[in-house]
Amino acid sequence: MTPRRTPRAATALAAALALLTATGCGIGSDPLAAGEEGADRDGSGPVVVGSANFLDSLLVANIYAEALRAEGIEVEERYNIASREAYVPGLIDGSIDLIPEYSGALLQYVDPETEATADAEVLEELRVQLPEGLAVLEASEAQSKDVLVVTGETAAEHGLETVSDLVPLAGEMTLGGPPEWKTRHNGIVGLREVYGLEFATFVALDAGGPLSLNAVTNGQVDVVDLFTTDPAIGERDLVMLEDDRGLFLAENILPLVRDRAVDGEARAVLDAVSARLNTDDIREMMGRIISQRENPTLVARDWLTANGLA
Amino acid sequence: MNLIEWFADPAHWAGPDGIPRQVLTHLVYCAIAAAVAIVVALPAGLVIGHTGRGAVVVAGLANALRALPTLGLLIAAVLLVSPHVGSQLAFTVPALIVLVVLAIPPILTNAYAGVTAVPPQVRTAAHGIGMRPWQVLLTVELPCALPLVISGVRSASLQLVSTATVAAYVSLGGLGRYIIDGQAQLDYTQMLAGAILVALLAIVVEALLLLLERLVVSPGLTGRLRRLPDPDRAPGAGPDPAPTAAPVAAPASGRAP
Amino acid sequence: MIALRWLSDNAGVMAEYFLAHVWLSVLPLLLGLVLALPLGWAAHHFGFLYRPLVAGSALLYTLPSLALFVLLPQVLGTRMLDPVNIVCALTVYTVALLVRVVADGLAAVPEDTVRAADAMGYTAVQRWAAVELPVAVPVIAAGLRVASVSNVSLVSLGALLGIPQLGSLFTLGFQLGYLLPIAAGIVLCLLLAWLLDGLILAAARLLTPWKRAETPA
Repeated sequence: MTPRRTPRAATALAAALALLTATGCGIGSDPLAAGEEGADRDGSGPVVVGSANFLDSLLVANIYAEALRAEGIEVEERYNIASREAYVPGLIDGSIDLIPEYSGALLQYVDPETEATADAEVLEELRVQLPEGLAVLEASEAQSKDVLVVTGETAAEHGLETVSDLVPLAGEMTLGGPPEWKTRHNGIVGLREVYGLEFATFVALDAGGPLSLNAVTNGQVDVVDLFTTDPAIGERDLVMLEDDRGLFLAENILPLVRDRAVDGEARAVLDAVSARLNTDDIREMMGRIISQRENPTLVARDWLTANGLA
Repeated sequence: MNLIEWFADPAHWAGPDGIPRQVLTHLVYCAIAAAVAIVVALPAGLVIGHTGRGAVVVAGLANALRALPTLGLLIAAVLLVSPHVGSQLAFTVPALIVLVVLAIPPILTNAYAGVTAVPPQVRTAAHGIGMRPWQVLLTVELPCALPLVISGVRSASLQLVSTATVAAYVSLGGLGRYIIDGQAQLDYTQMLAGAILVALLAIVVEALLLLLERLVVSPGLTGRLRRLPDPDRAPGAGPDPAPTAAPVAAPASGRAP
Repeated sequence: MIALRWLSDNAGVMAEYFLAHVWLSVLPLLLGLVLALPLGWAAHHFGFLYRPLVAGSALLYTLPSLALFVLLPQVLGTRMLDPVNIVCALTVYTVALLVRVVADGLAAVPEDTVRAADAMGYTAVQRWAAVELPVAVPVIAAGLRVASVSNVSLVSLGALLGIPQLGSLFTLGFQLGYLLPIAAGIVLCLLLAWLLDGLILAAARLLTPWKRAETPA
């Protein structure tokens, strides 16, 4: 309608920016919003427990939270935070205080060049490499590793047993994994550098969740990333490919904490949990949560009671 | 890496993850969803406006569809559909279902409002010269309602363009990839680039539809009908659920008789 | 059987999510209204501001919500996982939607009404607060209804960032491959949208007593 389009677009843009800042200021000075989460809850206030956006992280987060509660420590839950790339900054900025982690994946996140693969090595290096203000507590023997999985049919057709067996086939195969795999060392980058694997395409799915599972069973992808603790691997006749070159490091489950926010009493509780937790327990609890639709919180409480921790 | 470098990097313009491909994918999803929504909602809205029957249902249905949370609907659709279809369709179909549901309310309510806004004299005159009801609908009411109808399609398209980003959440392509991947990788530049591309695309689509409107609307109408209250265009169309005022329930009542 | 147990196991969590959802969608609605009133007034009063303000807010509306949720902490300096980001993003959308509605609502106040108020000796401010704004209430309320429905749906996207509210039931259901939490979340969202809609309608009726007098029984 107006012949002079450019100035109008420019004023519109300026107005949009002005509106954005105006509303921004409105919120920034809003006492309700600002006071909602005090500046720092060191020493006092609840311990904010986070979890990543996949089930076994959620389960272990529940175990931590319920164990702390059982000892009378106040806990706040903040589950389902996207990926490590999102929650580690969340730990640093104080959005959360505690989250279950996996030793190897965390180490590769803080030090992509690492060459450690064995349990003890990984833990030792992790303690050195963690950013200031963060700490890992005692590790459990429970492991939940990334694993490349194919259908039983695919495995039989090409005689696949190890990840290396994929090398001659990868050029015609589709790989599925979480979106962060595109840039991660223990993802596409590592598969290329360690195994020389170049897949024809990569499909961004979720972290070992229902998308990944469906994608491999219905043939959208040929190879997919799942977790070793996933009960569906056995149920759906899927085959785990052995990580013969050790790309996926030891992945012991352990608490990652914001140093100042988790005191000695809470640490003692978490250490007691890690001392008891093992892979079979996790797999058994995951089975209850997935097939029996049991509530992760209640499953966590059962486990704590059975182990004398609650 | 800053935004300018991101856009300047040739790697972001090539291959299956490149900007042209993602824009195309994005547009294809939007176009399919818009086409399905038009086929479903336009005739329904026209007929209801013509007969005057079912007006309450339109208002209620449109509002209920608007209130449906996009994310919940998407996930429910994936869980229901994906075990039954193979390959890529397992995720494409659910995403399209969500987008169609999103696009229906503005098209439906505007088609309805457009027909009811046709001046009664015009309709009476058409009947008077011996037109049959379907002739009145197709040759008189539809052309008269066209500005509002297209306006509804425009709202729907804007919503589609900004909401098609959720398709990336279920592994599909499109501009949402940059946003979802950027979030997972904590790459703010990539996210921002995605957001800007979506906004630009929305503006381009809007401009094209405005052009289309000028081409297809009878020039005899534009002078007058343009000034009719256009309840749909409560500011543009928005992000996920329909931010368009419900013409049936809304502003007209604001004017004191 | 399993479904019933799931519902009873999770009733408490669902109640918490519902409450969180209420304030995450209502607070932006109120803040947005408070900000949109003066902006809409300016757009109506100063003709040259109308186009840039309305076009500018339409532009804001094209920003994808998920991107806004994640990018806002960068702009505001808030924490990544702070619910304030959601409140802020939705306030932006609410303002974007309401600026035009307020401006058009004010524009639709009949000329005679405005002149009558002038003749009665109202100052500009009095006239605005006591005459123009109340007469525009039904139009503004209609805009608010749309914004509230849209907010309720948008809040649920916060689940992708780990901000607890009804949307968390969607991601939970997804991980479990279980429809019940998703269905429960959708039903609760619809319920909340319906409640807010009713509240806005009731408030609008309360603020416009003359309309009730007019409406034939």
